[in-house]
Amino acid sequence: MTRPLLELRALRVHFPVYSGLIRRRLAGTVRAVDGVSLDVAPGETVGLVGESGCGKSTLARAVVRLVPCTGGTVSFEGREISAMREPAFRALRPRLQLIFQDPYASLNPRMTVFDALAEPLRVHGLADGRDVRRRVSDLMELVGLAPRFMRKYPHEFSGGQRQRIAIARALALEPRLVIADEPVSALDVSVQAQILNLIARLREQMGLTLLFIAHDLSVVHYLSHRIAVMYLGRLVELGPASEVFYRPRHPYTRALISAIPVPDPVKEKTRQRVALHDEPASALNPPSGCAFRPRCPWAEPRCAEIVPPLESCGEGHQAACIRLEDI
Amino acid sequence: MSEARGPESSVEPIAVERGASLWRDALVRLRKNHLAAAGLVALFALLVVSLLTPWIAPYGYEDQDLALGAVPPSGAHWFGTDLLGRDLFTRVLYGGRISLLVGFAATGVSLCVGVLYGACAGYLGGRTDALMMRFVDILYSLPFVIFVIILTVYFGRNIVLLFMAIGAVEWLTMARIVRGQVMSLRQKEFIEATTVMGLPRHRVLLWHLIPNTLGPIIVYATLTVPRVMLMEAFLSYLGLGVQAPMSSWGLLINEGVQTMENRPWMLIFPSLALSITLFSLNFLGDGLRDALDVRASKD
Repeated sequence: MTRPLLELRALRVHFPVYSGLIRRRLAGTVRAVDGVSLDVAPGETVGLVGESGCGKSTLARAVVRLVPCTGGTVSFEGREISAMREPAFRALRPRLQLIFQDPYASLNPRMTVFDALAEPLRVHGLADGRDVRRRVSDLMELVGLAPRFMRKYPHEFSGGQRQRIAIARALALEPRLVIADEPVSALDVSVQAQILNLIARLREQMGLTLLFIAHDLSVVHYLSHRIAVMYLGRLVELGPASEVFYRPRHPYTRALISAIPVPDPVKEKTRQRVALHDEPASALNPPSGCAFRPRCPWAEPRCAEIVPPLESCGEGHQAACIRLEDI
Repeated sequence: MSEARGPESSVEPIAVERGASLWRDALVRLRKNHLAAAGLVALFALLVVSLLTPWIAPYGYEDQDLALGAVPPSGAHWFGTDLLGRDLFTRVLYGGRISLLVGFAATGVSLCVGVLYGACAGYLGGRTDALMMRFVDILYSLPFVIFVIILTVYFGRNIVLLFMAIGAVEWLTMARIVRGQVMSLRQKEFIEATTVMGLPRHRVLLWHLIPNTLGPIIVYATLTVPRVMLMEAFLSYLGLGVQAPMSSWGLLINEGVQTMENRPWMLIFPSLALSITLFSLNFLGDGLRDALDVRASKD
């Protein structure tokens, strides 16, 4: 088996929280990512889902080192990047790109499309002189934008078009791994499908490895080979996309999937739903044992005592629940 | 940005549509603000007049006519003359050159120093930022007038010193403003994107951070010019600024104040010139603030 392109080992990202104006005291720690291990093989697409605030974006940002890891390791192409110093890592950065969630915030409002796309090309020496314009033109066509718009500014485009520009900018560097951090959640539903199709097409065309983050399981199911489900900083389920989608094992995944409406009025009426009560617990003060316990319909006293590890429950399928056999 | 326009001919010809930059949008909005537009026109006229002063001034600024003395405005002397019989119109024109020069030069100094300093502090953050800003605080706490007096005592009075003194004080506020802007920009995704793309820091600073702080910078700069001119007037009033026989609006107003009961024209005309300039700059600054406000524009 080939070595995974991206390996996360017990990755931890904790943020200290201070209180007090003059005497700064450590008031607690937000455990945004709390021991996540995940592999992404070359050519594979892994979908990462979870509700808002579960740490999926923080995980993405930790991988590209926008936030520092507080524990565990991140390896890319077999090299441990979490321990590298920035100057050494800079040479690797082009191969590891991130697509941001909000295309309204991720483009410099004072730069034309041409400038935005030409900049990474020039800085990393991927094109120079007359090549630049051809490459920019190609990139725009690749993501479905007419090259004649290259002198326009971001505010002159729609959200979907902006996300295309952001995608083109990430692809300009010819990355091996692209992390897409909820690339469609800021867009209209009608545009979401276009961008998803674009990402799917580009993935085939360029042989991209993709870590796709979303809070919508059906979106992730459409694109991914494997799905990882995150809850309060931890993975609770990991497995092949159709396994997780059609035979979810963890109570949280079941709740997520049962919440997806079925586009058939008859079936919709009989749809079994796993109702969750309460808000998710705070990552500042997570519950003991299983973090999902307070909201879990199947919880029992034992759940408060042990932090359930990911356990195998099928071919390449893992879930973190001590009651896997019972439910 | 005008780079990379050369090779257009070599690639297949496509008609590239020009985009409307945020600057052009701002200009359109500025033009709709009549006061600001009038301010811009008035300033432009003032600049042209002061550039052409040596050719349009009817007399020399030193030409005295002691026998004539101070006379009220007339056909020969539009603004009247001062106690030494010097033509006031000429002296207001020459004074405007100095005042505008001091105003814009000192603002320019404060712009360059303040923007770079503030942007560096804001972008680097952490301990560097704290150190840099404490230095600013220390300079802030020096009383301005005493600072200038010390400078003049050591270096004698000259106009370059005046620029330096005023510029050295004015960049502090500019640095604080820019630092704040940069710190909030640093959280934005497009700045984070530059990190992910592995762009070098100086590039991020010059091409991504500073251009996006230019709105507040320009507005603050237009408000700095009038303040600097008032400072020059104030220093000249104290006898620390421009020296006779050279004139500046501050100096002329100072002379005018001393004799305003008997010869009001000596106060009125220089004051009028200064007021018009200050109003124009303030209106323009106000208009620019509205025009450049990104929240008001489509983003």
